[in-house]
Amino acid sequence: MHLAYPAVLAALLFCVGLYGVLARRNAILVLMSVELMLNAVNLNLVAFDVWLRDTLHAGQSLTLFVITVAAAEIGIGLAIVLAVYRARGTSDVDRLRDLAEPPAVPDPAQLPAEEAAA
Amino acid sequence: MITLAAETRGFLSPAGVEIVFLLVGLVTLGAAVVTVTTRQLVHSALWLVATLGGLAVEYLLLTAEFIAWVQVLIYVGSVVVLLLFGLMLTRAPIGRSPDADSGNRPVALGVAVVSAGLLVTLVVDAFRSTWIDVSPARGTTDIMGAALFRHWVLPFEALSVLLLAALVGAIVLSRRTAPSADGAGEDR
Repeated sequence: MHLAYPAVLAALLFCVGLYGVLARRNAILVLMSVELMLNAVNLNLVAFDVWLRDTLHAGQSLTLFVITVAAAEIGIGLAIVLAVYRARGTSDVDRLRDLAEPPAVPDPAQLPAEEAAA
Repeated sequence: MITLAAETRGFLSPAGVEIVFLLVGLVTLGAAVVTVTTRQLVHSALWLVATLGGLAVEYLLLTAEFIAWVQVLIYVGSVVVLLLFGLMLTRAPIGRSPDADSGNRPVALGVAVVSAGLLVTLVVDAFRSTWIDVSPARGTTDIMGAALFRHWVLPFEALSVLLLAALVGAIVLSRRTAPSADGAGEDR
């Protein structure tokens, strides 16, 4: 089999997951996209393990480990999303702005003038 | 420059396994695209099942049989169920929700298209004449069990500790606060 097939499929799946991570609003959908990216990496690992004929089977073993870590990550991530939803009433990632900088910090010297003008 | 393997097989010699790989790959990629673009959140989780199942078939075609069944068991069996539980518990809208995508969707599309073009160009250029020999199976349960418990025992055991820690952490994080604190524990 041509090695380019699994490699190209993995690259495209990774980019689809990248789009999902950047564009989705619900935190659980972001986690789904992260799973897509991890699966793309897994496909690469399996394909290169089979290509290199590794006697230690490092690629497939690492794939198993990535699957396990992804399961742990999805468990913890969903628990965090549920805790955030319980505390805030929403799980949209672009509404959780507590750590964001305020959009425009008004200059304290201009503030009384603007208030006087308004 | 053409290597010896490329001389004997040509650039795109369609063997049966390659055709099957290509078709299943198209289905997988389409399901992935629908997963990240659909506006119905539960449908997104169900399309993720199609994507992960297609990837399991790809593992089978790459003779990684054990990984394929692990993929079916863990991803399709438990991770998607967990995601569906998460969607239900956060009261995701069942029908079509117009605000499933955030405002930076064009930027995300641009980043994804640029990185896809870059990666595909690089990968095709690098592995144009590289071939996988799949005739002896390399990932049966026998081989993988021997490799896992002969060479990778220590990471395996460390991962079991990691799973235990993740389990305890998930329980602690999702535990409700006591109802007598300030009435905050009465939700659901």
